[in-house]
Amino acid sequence: MKRRHWFSKTGLWLGLSFLYLPIVSMIVFSFNNSRLVTVWDAPNSPTLKWYGELFRNEQILGAAWLSIRIAAMTATGAVVLGTLAGLVLARFGPFRGRALLSGMTTAPLVMPEVITGLSLLLLFVALEQLTGWPEARDAATITIAHITFSMAYVTIVVQSRLAGFDNSLEEAALDLGARPAKVFFRITLPLIVPAIMSGWLLAFTLSWDDVVVSQFVAGPGSTTLPMVIFSKVRLGVSPDVNALATIMVLIVATGVVTSAIWMRRQERRRDREMQMAAAANK
Amino acid sequence: MARPSIPKPTARLLSGRLGPWWELFYRFGPPRWTTYMRHNWAGKRLVIAVPYLWLLLFFLGPFIIVFKISFSEVRLAMPPYAPLWQWVTEKAIDVHLNLGNYLFLLTDDLYVSSYLYSLKVAAISTVFCLLIAYPMAYAMARSSPATRNIYLMLIILPFWTSFLLRVYAWIGLLKNNGVINNVLLALGVIDEPITMMQTDFAVFIGIVYSYLPFMILPLYSNLEKHDFTLLEAAADLGAGPVTSFLRVTLPLSVPGIIAGSLLVFIPAVGEYVIPSLLGSSDQLMIGRVLSDEFFANRDWPVASAVAIAMLLLLMVPIMLFQHFQSRELAGAK
Repeated sequence: MKRRHWFSKTGLWLGLSFLYLPIVSMIVFSFNNSRLVTVWDAPNSPTLKWYGELFRNEQILGAAWLSIRIAAMTATGAVVLGTLAGLVLARFGPFRGRALLSGMTTAPLVMPEVITGLSLLLLFVALEQLTGWPEARDAATITIAHITFSMAYVTIVVQSRLAGFDNSLEEAALDLGARPAKVFFRITLPLIVPAIMSGWLLAFTLSWDDVVVSQFVAGPGSTTLPMVIFSKVRLGVSPDVNALATIMVLIVATGVVTSAIWMRRQERRRDREMQMAAAANK
Repeated sequence: MARPSIPKPTARLLSGRLGPWWELFYRFGPPRWTTYMRHNWAGKRLVIAVPYLWLLLFFLGPFIIVFKISFSEVRLAMPPYAPLWQWVTEKAIDVHLNLGNYLFLLTDDLYVSSYLYSLKVAAISTVFCLLIAYPMAYAMARSSPATRNIYLMLIILPFWTSFLLRVYAWIGLLKNNGVINNVLLALGVIDEPITMMQTDFAVFIGIVYSYLPFMILPLYSNLEKHDFTLLEAAADLGAGPVTSFLRVTLPLSVPGIIAGSLLVFIPAVGEYVIPSLLGSSDQLMIGRVLSDEFFANRDWPVASAVAIAMLLLLMVPIMLFQHFQSRELAGAK
């Protein structure tokens, strides 16, 4: 039996190295002294030169700060809207217009970014003509655009988390006379906290990463970090981008590993508690 | 023959088991949960209305505006398009419905060839994604639960890091004086660098690389639910590994293949960043054409018509998928 899987096992490892090869090379060359990025300047490397340069680059630092603020606002907004949408789709049963809501929360997942960007910009322009708002396109319009496409991901995560639990606890609480709002905050919300957290991080990452939609809806004064990087790398490779990438990969890797460990611990604790509850009921 | 029962999907995105990705497109059966609806409470409508109105205003609404502008004429003003209708007198309305933008798309070679090229690139990339992802997902599904989680984390980790930077990293690898060429030159495999940047090859690499997790995850969540004793039964009945794969595993994994392929194909058609960074400027993909039309030529009506045409093109795969999926589930019940 074991011998039969050598093919897929090899495929898995080859695929994983394909996924990690560019990331590793980017990290390695961020310590390279040469401006030519991929030509290893052995006598003077490794060096932290590009990291120093990065932290002196006002444009990148400013753009990064703007991106962080936008991503945090996006993630928070997307979590609120996405949780509501996920709750409605998973727990509210049939109502008029449910199919449309379901369609509108799933379509953004596959919608090409250029279409989303163009349509949102045209909406903002039309709104400005009609109502005078938004006067200028800035961080606010970028945030609205980002919330719109990232809430779909939060919805999916929350919805599938809710589908993993049956609703007997909620039913019981409702039967005992708790009001729906109380049921939500005391029972449903604690159950979906992990989903909400990964949804928040997902929305944060999507917003932090987005270049196409931002390019459409950003005004002249609001340049996000991906927009700066995009215009920089269009002109060719630049070593300080490698340094930036390395820092970002390190932060993300730490975050993902920590949260995975934390979640598994939570999951185990929950399973244990469930088992104990089951044993106590016998 | 009775189909093997597929256990109810319990979905946890980060904790090992994945949710059913096809649920992104399709909600099955009569709704089972009516917990909150059972009670007639004041906040009910509000809870539904908030996300609903947001999506109507910022997701569906914009498409209507794009559709409207695609019928108007370009003009030198801000905004650079003519209104579709004007009140001539108080009672007469003057409507200008201009189909010229769509005719222009059909008659100008640039657009037709860009659409075809985008479809070709997306289709080829999807096939390569599938060929790479299938063995990976299969190996993951057949490994022990503890290692599965590690593999899953390894697959998802690049997905959390910046997409833009990961595409950028390929420039460093594929350039004429990049890592791949340097290594091959040093090994003596080639005498002069191979040109890989600004070719179709680079675009394929970029798309396959960026979208690979979207193919692996639905495939994995399908394969993970397979009953592998079926393969043993097939082996007992004398089927070789190839036959049992083709006759058992492959047909059962069709929903995963379709979900993954659509998750790759649809966004890849409109891809903008990857061809801009890695592709050539001789043959443009349609996403690039749209943004050039919009930013460089400032022709908003034509850009809108390009977007609507792309949307129509992509509606077909989504509809096909939904149709297939509903039939599949009706048959499985």
